Amino acid sequence: MSGSFTDEQIRRYSRQIILPEVGGKGQKKLLASRVLVIGAGGLGSSAIAYLAAAGVGTLGIIDSDMVELSNLQRQIIHGGNIGLAKAKSAENFVRSLNSDVEVIAYQERFSPENARAMVRRYDFVIDGSDNFPTHYLINDACVLEKKPCSHGSILRYEGYTTTSLPQKGPCYRCIFKKSPPPGLIPSCQEAGVFGVLPGIIGTIQAAEALKFILETGQTLSGRLLCFNALDMTFFEASAGKRSDCSICGEQPEIVSIEPENYLEKSWEVCGIDRGA
Amino acid sequence: MTEELDLSGEVCPYTFVKTKLKMEEMAAGEELTILLDDPAATANVSRSLKSEGHEILDLKSISCGVWQIVVKKA
Repeated sequence: MSGSFTDEQIRRYSRQIILPEVGGKGQKKLLASRVLVIGAGGLGSSAIAYLAAAGVGTLGIIDSDMVELSNLQRQIIHGGNIGLAKAKSAENFVRSLNSDVEVIAYQERFSPENARAMVRRYDFVIDGSDNFPTHYLINDACVLEKKPCSHGSILRYEGYTTTSLPQKGPCYRCIFKKSPPPGLIPSCQEAGVFGVLPGIIGTIQAAEALKFILETGQTLSGRLLCFNALDMTFFEASAGKRSDCSICGEQPEIVSIEPENYLEKSWEVCGIDRGA
Repeated sequence: MTEELDLSGEVCPYTFVKTKLKMEEMAAGEELTILLDDPAATANVSRSLKSEGHEILDLKSISCGVWQIVVKKA
């Protein structure tokens, strides 16, 4: 009677099926879509929760960490799971929220060895990682595999997010040519993070994935959205594609993923500070 | 050809969700006859159909507590 939806699905998704931009067709697109979330931390928590709630059919979740007590101030999907692998904990959360979603949990690091094969299997990638080598690795794998990606980073009270669409807009390297020198940016462990901040940025990242799948609205392609939770301000910087970009430019230097380009330094960072 | 959708027993917003899903499967110009037994839903469904650009051809009570909407897909 109502397409291929079960009565339970009609009830579950009723508030978004009603939206003119979604409808039954959009809901089917979501149920057929595959999104990879890299990192089930603060950004990943809200992204995973909303993607699962919306009925994204397949969610890949990759994280090698275990849930710690200090995570729960902001990583809200891991309640009651201290000591469990975050990938497994996130999988349990998704299953309890929406059984329509098939979860593929990878309890491993997103690495130069698995990067391209990993992103290749998905329609959209969410970067919820907490360090520069991984931000660049995700970007490079997505550019080489022509996959759209939402990037996000946070520190203290500030968050940044942008979306890269393959061959259309700027990639992460077009905007952030090089990572800052080690030590310049403090880590979240040193500098702290306001718990709601990754919730807000991760939710924006989920919105980007959903709009891309639904082929509606405007993504953050070509725009870097900056958020300050202390001032409660959003600031937008426009960003163009760079012809001299080292990976998506006219004469790219990076044509494959070489592990030495993504070496973990002794520092771990989780965001970009405007120097404030 | 006229399609029919019996939404007796359904309430908002599922009345419109099911109507919308049915309309999506139809071609432009096709007509759908919808049966409803909730007065609020009858008003809401016809208003929502109009706001999506469809044409309400008929809206009437066909028996005590049962309403019929005939809509033409835009």
